[in-house]
Amino acid sequence: MTTSTRLRPPRNLVSPRARWHWTVRAVPGWIAVLAAEVIWATAADHRTPAVIALVVTVIVAAAHLVVMPLWRFRVHRWEATTEAVYTQAGWLHQERRIAPVSRIQTVDTARGVLQQLFGLATVTVTTASAAGPLKINGLDQDVARDLVDELTATTQAHQGDAT
Amino acid sequence: MTATPETDLGTAPEAAEHWRRLSPRMLIVHPLQEVMRLAPVLVGVIIAGSRSGRSELWGLIGVAIAVLLGVGRWATTSYQVTPHQVQVRQGLLRRRVLVVALDRVRTVDLSANVFQRVLRLSRVTVGTGHTDRNKDGGLRLDALDASDAARLRDELLHRRHATPTGDEPAAARPAGAAESVTIAEIRPSWLRFGPFTLSGLVGVGAVLGVIWNQLRQADVDIASLGLLRTVRDDLENAPLWLDVTVVAVGIVLVVAVLSTIMYAITYGRYRLTREPHGTLHVVRGLLAIRSTTIEERRLHGVELREPLLLRAVGGARCDAVTTGIHGGRGSDRGGALLLPPAPRAEAYRVAADVLHGTPAATADLVPHGARARQRRFTRALIPALVLTGAVVVLARLSVLPDWTWHPALALLPVAALLAVDRYRSLGHAVVDGRLVTRQGSVERRRATVAADGIIGWNISQSFFQRRAGLATLTATTAGGRQAYDVLDVDEEEATRLADGLTPGLLTPFLEGPA
Repeated sequence: MTTSTRLRPPRNLVSPRARWHWTVRAVPGWIAVLAAEVIWATAADHRTPAVIALVVTVIVAAAHLVVMPLWRFRVHRWEATTEAVYTQAGWLHQERRIAPVSRIQTVDTARGVLQQLFGLATVTVTTASAAGPLKINGLDQDVARDLVDELTATTQAHQGDAT
Repeated sequence: MTATPETDLGTAPEAAEHWRRLSPRMLIVHPLQEVMRLAPVLVGVIIAGSRSGRSELWGLIGVAIAVLLGVGRWATTSYQVTPHQVQVRQGLLRRRVLVVALDRVRTVDLSANVFQRVLRLSRVTVGTGHTDRNKDGGLRLDALDASDAARLRDELLHRRHATPTGDEPAAARPAGAAESVTIAEIRPSWLRFGPFTLSGLVGVGAVLGVIWNQLRQADVDIASLGLLRTVRDDLENAPLWLDVTVVAVGIVLVVAVLSTIMYAITYGRYRLTREPHGTLHVVRGLLAIRSTTIEERRLHGVELREPLLLRAVGGARCDAVTTGIHGGRGSDRGGALLLPPAPRAEAYRVAADVLHGTPAATADLVPHGARARQRRFTRALIPALVLTGAVVVLARLSVLPDWTWHPALALLPVAALLAVDRYRSLGHAVVDGRLVTRQGSVERRRATVAADGIIGWNISQSFFQRRAGLATLTATTAGGRQAYDVLDVDEEEATRLADGLTPGLLTPFLEGPA
């Protein structure tokens, strides 16, 4: 029994390329907002409010696109032992998830189009609970493959139906 | 009687079993149900005095299709129980064989609506730990002869082949019922909770919605209907405040009466028993019967629910946290019910009894402290302030009528009261190897979940929670709500709780001794 009652962060960082993936992924949303505001600025009689909104949006978007990926990269971490999987994700809102290997039901790897460009993958570990999938977003594809192999091997060693 | 010999499809090793069929009497019920579903349309057509005769033709075609579908379903559905699994074959165009291992069966739910009861039929729904996440609803047989259904339940849950018992009604308890112990039974005095369940509200809404829709489709000018016109004229001649009062009192009365009737119909003849084979058995329903059997081995805990109105009159209800049943979703709604709205003391007693007298069910809870209270206030007051502020500004700019900011101000004390109550609800404890957590004001929920039912932990912190040193600890489960939150607990306490309930799981991830 340890005396400490604080969880430390998981050991492993995700791939540094994930920062670029998160940046690129966030761009279309901002473009949509900016496009709407440009249309508003050209169509409106009084341009001032629209221009102010446009400037504010550009500043917020730039801050978001710079800060969010860097912050995320410091938070997104993972760790897998023979007994448990431990993940940490988010930036403003952060979440840690822990699931015992004995309760793992499926281990999936997904690679979106954008992720493939950056050589990344998302590993999802599900349990019998609809509330508890552990997602590791932004893993290097080779690391993801090794992790899935490792988890598959350790889960097979456990018996039972995991409910 | 409905068994057919093993067909040539039988490639399974356990080929000695017979494929059994649904009761042919379902062919009578199925179209009847469809006609009932069409009834509002037919009523609407009659009221409208149907200008074109087409509607009736479509109605007939609909009924014919329903009959054909019923025949098709009867002809293509069959099931068998082998010593190790239950198999269901169904589907005409897309043949589907569902196989469920008997040791994966967690719950068996028998239900019969009014028609099915008259014809002594039962619908069987089998809950397993694995299909409950899919949307296909798992394994369902609609419908079997009532005695076949009861026998199937025994076979599924008690791992044995029961002998045919002849005439056993749908609600009958499994064989060997002589040893079963009654835990709770409905009392007439519980009807007083009926008006506070608001189940009538849903009913009124649904009925009004259907009627309104049908009338509109039928192009009836609603205001021209005789009765409504009289009412409208009366209301127009009276002062506004009187109208508002009359309408409000009328709605409250109607909802109260309907809710009481709904309570009686839904929970009439309710009885919770513990069966000798390690199962809990819930029977209820005055007209339609619902009978749920839950394997105790898979019962991870209970949840006490106190919606605000019910809480105000000292009532509570009790649900099971068990694999195989989703809490309150779709057709499974109500499947987890252990106790209908009843006196709070009774709810605590049933919770403790169901969990074999664990002190966890009635234990006092640890409050979450000043920082959690602060958060409840900021979270309730800030949206209220923003809303009120917006209304005041808009009223001053004459966008909204001037009087609107008075009621908007009333929002603030309401939000404050909500915050106080939400904080008072917060609490947690670990007792007897179980996590107990309580939260909520509009619906206060107190959940008790056994440690071995917890299959993972989520610890989430928003930006503001981190600054306050708080966290939301979530225990994930395979049953019930799937996730039970301990809201706004101290972050170190969250780790202690999780570590204490699942020893060893967190140990490698804890910070070294400082």
